[in-house]
Amino acid sequence: MIARLRIEAAGPLTTVQDAGRRGAMRFGVPRSGPIDRLAFAAAVAAAEPDDGTAIELSHGGLTLTCLEGEIGFALCGSDFAAEIDGRALGGWCRAVVKPGQRLRVRQGAGNWAYLTFAGALAAREWLGSRATHALSGLGGGLIRAGDVLELHATRTLEAAALQAPPEPSRTLPIGLVIGPQERYFAVDAPERLCSETFIASGTFDRMGRALEGPPLLPVRLDMPSEPALRGCLQIAGDGRMTMLSADHQTTGGFPKIATVISADIDRLSQLPAGTPFRFEAVSVDEAAARLRRHTAAQTAFLHSFLPAGDLAVRLREANLVGGVIDALGGEEP
Amino acid sequence: MTAGPLVRPVGDSALLIDFGERIDEAINARVVALDRALTANPPPGLVETVPAYCSLLIEYDPLVTTQAHVAAAALALTQTAVADTAPGREHLVPISFAAADAPDLARVAERAGLSPEAAITDFLAARYRVFMYGFAPGYAYMGGVPPALHLPRKPVAERGHPVGSVIIAGPQCLITTLPMPTGWWVIGCTPLRVLDSCGERPFRFDPGARVRFERMPGA
Repeated sequence: MIARLRIEAAGPLTTVQDAGRRGAMRFGVPRSGPIDRLAFAAAVAAAEPDDGTAIELSHGGLTLTCLEGEIGFALCGSDFAAEIDGRALGGWCRAVVKPGQRLRVRQGAGNWAYLTFAGALAAREWLGSRATHALSGLGGGLIRAGDVLELHATRTLEAAALQAPPEPSRTLPIGLVIGPQERYFAVDAPERLCSETFIASGTFDRMGRALEGPPLLPVRLDMPSEPALRGCLQIAGDGRMTMLSADHQTTGGFPKIATVISADIDRLSQLPAGTPFRFEAVSVDEAAARLRRHTAAQTAFLHSFLPAGDLAVRLREANLVGGVIDALGGEEP
Repeated sequence: MTAGPLVRPVGDSALLIDFGERIDEAINARVVALDRALTANPPPGLVETVPAYCSLLIEYDPLVTTQAHVAAAALALTQTAVADTAPGREHLVPISFAAADAPDLARVAERAGLSPEAAITDFLAARYRVFMYGFAPGYAYMGGVPPALHLPRKPVAERGHPVGSVIIAGPQCLITTLPMPTGWWVIGCTPLRVLDSCGERPFRFDPGARVRFERMPGA
């Protein structure tokens, strides 16, 4: 069966994403893939799209009309909420959209959510992945008003409210490891970074998120361009701090004072605009220990968030469905 | 005797091996040598590596290995990795200096105190080296712009330059792969595509490759 969905409205950051591509950073190509990797994995587990592909939503949400073919979908991520023809479905959920019906997803206080369909989304692959590099549009691509999504091998799904993961405390500090270029800052800058309050700005895209706080100006700007990675806290010559995200530039000439730990990168990306927070410096070993606990908790959540007796759960328990944890990007212990 | 490289943590899943904070062919050759040695002998948990001017990023899976293990493996390889001084493969890049393709050529020549033809001759006489890819897909950073043509970036990025624009800033030269605003100086345009998104080999140059520009007939 085929389904066709016409996009009526889409925020500017709406893209096709899969788990991301590896091995091409040396050519200027970052991993891309979902900003909130747990919500993405949950949406993939709930609708089981044939190719592990989701639509990433942000500012402005998404509105679509089903032109042809009923199809099951899942929505997971932050406090985004869905409605069909004005009938509220709530936040994390699974349902079916039928020809003539209008599905609308509204953004909540958080920043990122994932819509998956029970079928195969016709989307371009690039370097082995359908993840979109938003700046170039390479990969599955940006989604804009007027586009018609075509899905093949469609299925319907049992409608269900899905359990969202417990919201982490907003007062929990964001862990970081000092470096790699702290030598480009005043000696007291790392200490100030961890003792003062910062604000998660509403200015963000797939390349990075601006963070407001005390100016921590680099003392010199003569650094040859050095490699950069998701989570790096880059500070420009005017003191603006950005946490690099999934579509980060692969190298840059602005120094990185510290790097957010892997367990906390996605949490910082989802903090509602205007949320104050603090950083906490930890050792590399402590960061790795936190990642192990974080991954174990995420894996346990993904095995428990679908309703009891759910078809997908029954299949998984019968060991017929694999690949759900792969959606986390292979970060299974 | 060269100083030993420094290890700098990049969070819990990567580290930088830093060979010295300069854009220098000998330093970059050590980066490329370690990159090749790691590719040939990957330590357990290696995810990917990113060579830059004077440092190599090594990303690893922290659920499989530790930063200390990866750092030790990389430092051991720097002892044995031999910097490859053999010149890399040379690529010949056709370039047009026609007015529409080279909007900044006159200003570059004027600042250099040269006629546009003399600036072109200087540019074509130089030999370029691909140091690294960076920033965005297919942006190959080349060094080798002749000193007379070294200019600082423009204060404000300008829009509207087509893919294939040949742009310079300081000693650096790039062939653009995206129609993005740039503060570099557009001195020509090439039909060669460094990034061929549909091709079997999507990225034309390897780090260490040599590049020579050749003027297109009548351009």
